[in-house]
This record gives sequence, structure tokens and C-alpha cells, in this order.
Amino acid sequence: MTDWLTPDEWRAVALSLRVSFWATLVSLPVGLLVAYALARWTFWGKPLLNGLVHLPLILPPVVTGYLLLVTFGRRGTVGQFLDQWFGIVLAFRWTGAALAAGVMAFPLMVRALRLAIEAVDPRLEQAAGTLGASRPWVFATVTLPLILPGIIAGVILAFAKAMGEFGATITFVSNIPGQTQTLPSAIYAVLQVPGGEDRAARLVWVAIMIAMTALLLSEWVARVVARRISGQ
Amino acid sequence: MTLQIALRHRFAGFALDVAFDAPPGVTALFGRSGSGKTTVINAVAGLLRPDTGKVTSDGLVLLDTAQGVNLPPHRRRIGYVFQDARLFPHLTVRQNLLYGRWFAPGGPGVGLDRIVDLLGIGPLLSRRPGALSGGERQRVAIGRAILANPRLLALDEPLAALDEARKAEILPYLERLRDEVHLPILYVSHAIAEVARLADTVVLMEAGRVTAAGPAAALLSDPETAPGLGLREAGAVLSARVSVQDDDGLTLLDSTAGPLWLPRVAAPPGTRLRIRILAQDVMLATVRPMGISALNILPATVRDIRQGDGPGALVRLDAGDGVLLARVTRRSALALQLAPGRPVFAILKAVSVAQENVGAGG
Repeated sequence: MTDWLTPDEWRAVALSLRVSFWATLVSLPVGLLVAYALARWTFWGKPLLNGLVHLPLILPPVVTGYLLLVTFGRRGTVGQFLDQWFGIVLAFRWTGAALAAGVMAFPLMVRALRLAIEAVDPRLEQAAGTLGASRPWVFATVTLPLILPGIIAGVILAFAKAMGEFGATITFVSNIPGQTQTLPSAIYAVLQVPGGEDRAARLVWVAIMIAMTALLLSEWVARVVARRISGQ
Repeated sequence: MTLQIALRHRFAGFALDVAFDAPPGVTALFGRSGSGKTTVINAVAGLLRPDTGKVTSDGLVLLDTAQGVNLPPHRRRIGYVFQDARLFPHLTVRQNLLYGRWFAPGGPGVGLDRIVDLLGIGPLLSRRPGALSGGERQRVAIGRAILANPRLLALDEPLAALDEARKAEILPYLERLRDEVHLPILYVSHAIAEVARLADTVVLMEAGRVTAAGPAAALLSDPETAPGLGLREAGAVLSARVSVQDDDGLTLLDSTAGPLWLPRVAAPPGTRLRIRILAQDVMLATVRPMGISALNILPATVRDIRQGDGPGALVRLDAGDGVLLARVTRRSALALQLAPGRPVFAILKAVSVAQENVGAGG
């Protein structure tokens, strides 16, 4: 089994899972806040925020990767700041791959969360308020449980997008085996080598299996949760 | 506890301008749809911020736009029962009932067992709201509001979305609530029968203004305000006590207006009742009629007569310690020479008093 994939290829699979996991986990709370703001608040610059969130969905991934590089690269404004003050370097590290994947997945997650939040009857939140719950408590005890199916959908979408992210990642953090080489970059790399089709096919199988497992799992969880909150 | 309310608010095409006090007991905000009743209790509960206004509860300021005070709903502790129940679909009935407990400050207040018993919702506790009927849902919503330990209960047409059978099912629970849980209640309704059964105080609203306010019995039987409630619905409210249950299916009541025979009232002797006698069901005679099928003939004295725009007149009568209203034609009023001070006999068919107009007395 272990010689089915080379050590570098195993590392690529593990790295992809790790990158996608962190990309999803970190973008979830931010995504919740942004989705809630877009769904419920009216504020100046709301269309601008909406556009900004959706930009990675519309731009060529290479452009997003380039923008990340000039912003978070060692000589980028934010990158320099992070390096000098916190010693955090994103460029050409797996954390940078997670950032790229997170940014690319963000619009999908926000869309799913926003739809879920908009579907929650604000009159239920109002009722919770009259029963003594402050805003944060209303969110935690009413809004959050009711949007759980939406959260699951958003998380799965974001995770899948992060797993498949290629363009922005390779532009921002390159394709260093064992460090920044994710599953898609590994497939791309073996395809560049003459006779690499067999190895590519095996990696493709791994990608398909991960995707199917995640999808089936999410379907099952979503059904269980939907049954629990439907009020039946 | 007295609630003092003064509000002004403008919507497109609608202006609200009201000021009234809600003394302890049940205060009914009564008026047609669109008269601004719900706007008033939304402002009291903090769900709507009026343009200007002041709401105080026993000296505690809930809202004072002049001082910039506007407590958020969760700090006002107004138990709000919505027309559409608004139970949390992801929680069981028990969890719904106990939701407010998490946030209720201070003592334990009314116990869960007592409320469950009072509202008859014991068998529902482990169910989810989606599996409840409309009437059950509304009872759970009422229990949930009370268990949040509120300083005041606000009910926004809690029966409006229900059919007649469900209404009849819930009204006795609301009466028990009024008589056993001593919470001040603000009750919004456009159904006079509900108001007559429940209210101690009535605030009559029309087009965003208060047209009359006062004790329920006096206000409902006042010929000046009665037409505002709808002439067909005008009627007097009497307190009564069950006296005798007869074998032939009738019940004798000892009412403030005198003894009254009504179709069977299922309550043991001594039970206090509140009954509404519609003005259009009361006939008048100047001499005690003989050979008449109507069972109730009460001696009374005319207090005043209000001539309407139509062919009718509304006669207010003093009968015993109570007040009755009779709706007669102007022609009859002339023929009988009705005038204040004239002794008459008020005649009421036993069967004309509908079940919905007989409620528990408070």
C-alpha cells in the first residue's frame, strides 16, 4: 500500500487535507460574521463588501494568487508587517497555501451561510429577545442552531473548493514537494514528466475518493441535522 | 403594578398618538384592525422605537425618548405572546417553555409544573412545535412567556389565528391565568366577546387614537362608547354566581342584575361567572308581562337613552346592582314613553345567551 504512492505524493495528499482543513476552519467564523452582516445589517459600503467577497469567484485564480503575493509576500505590505512583528511568513509555506485556499473558498462559504441566515425568521429572534436573551445569546441559541444545515453546506463547499484549489496556490506559494505541493499541484507536476500518466491516474483516484467521502458524509450529517431542527 | 404609556409615531399614512394608564389586572386594547393596537404593545415591549414617547412601569422607565432612554427588549422583561406563537422549531416544548428561565433574573417565579398544569400541556412536553395544533402552540407560547418571569404579559390577539372551537378551548385557560397568576396583562383584541370575558380595563382605539378608556363593565355598557364596539355587539357585562343547577338543563345564576336562568353552565354552585348580555337580546316592557315564554323578567329603571343615527336607540338600565343595555327602536321608545327614571321590566330569553358570553368571573 505504501509504495502505491511515493512519499512525496503521500505528503501532497496529507498537505492538501491539512491546508483545506485550516482554510475552512479559519474562514468559518469570518464567513459567519460577513454573511450575517450582508444578510441582516444595512451599512455604508455594503455593496462594496459584497463585491470584494465575491471577487475571487470571478477573477482568474492566477490574478488572485498574484494579488496575494504582492500583499502577503515577503516584500508585500502586509507580508512585511507580519514578518517583522510576528515572525509569520506566508509566502512559499503551507500556511500560504491555506490562505490562498481560504480566500478562494470564501465566496462559496459566505453564499451558503448568507442564504441560511436569510431563511431564519427574524420574528423568532425577536421572540427570543422578549424572553430575555441579549443579541449574542439570541444568535447562539436561535440563529446558530437554525442555520446549522447551511453551515454544514458552506463548510463542505469550502473544503471541496480548497481541496481543488490550484491556480492561486501555485502562483502564491509555488509547487515545492513536501512544503507547498498540494494534490492538484502534484498531479500537475507528474503530468509534466513524460510517462507520468500512471502516477497521475493514482493521484486522481485519491482525489475522487476524498471528494466522494466528504460529499456522502455531509449529505448524511445535513439530513440528521435538518430532521432535528425541522420541529417535527 | 401600573403601566403608563404615552406614544407618538408616524408611519406612511398612519399616525399613532396615544396616552393611557394600564392599572393592575387585564387591560384590553380594543379596536378594529389597523387602529394601532399592535404598534402600541410593540413599543411597550421594545420591538418598535416610536418617534416620541414614554413608557414607565411602576416608576421604572422602559422608554423615554426625551431622556434618550430605550431599554432593549431583553431588559424590559415583557412576556410577549405573539399572534403566531413563534415557538422555536429546533427545541422541544419543554425546552421552549424553559427558554426564558436561562435569562430570568432573580427568584424562581412561577414553577414549570404549575404552568404546565394550568395550561394543560403536560402531554406535549417532549414533542416538537411542528407536531402541535394551533391551539396547543398558543398555549405553549403563553406558558413560555410566563415562565420567563416577566413583569408584564403582553398578548397580541393570541386567539385571532384560531377557529372558534380552539378559541373556546383557550379562553378558560386565559381566565385561570388572570385569576390565579397575578401578572398584569396587556391584551390586544378586536373580538368584543374575548374582551368582555377577560378585561378589567378597556382602552378603546380608533385610527391611532384612544377614544375611550376605563373599567370594562362600565365602558362596555356605556351607551356612548358601545356603538364604537359595533352596535350588534353592544352589551352589558354582569358578575354572577352559580346558584342552582336544575334537572331540566337550566342553571339559575345570582347576578348583579337579579336572578337569571341560563342554559346549563357546567360549574358547581358558588362558582363566580362573568356574563355578557347583548343589548339586542333584551326586550323592554312597562308592565310585567304575563304568559310569555321568556324566563327572565328583571325589574329595572331607565338611566339614559342614546338615540343613534338609524332607527334604533340604546337604553341603559339600572337593574339591581348591575347595568343592562337594551337596544330598541326609536318608535318603541316613544310608544313606551321611555325616559330616565321610568321603571320598566327587562326581558331576556334564557337561550339567547351564547356559551362564548359566559366566562369565569374574576
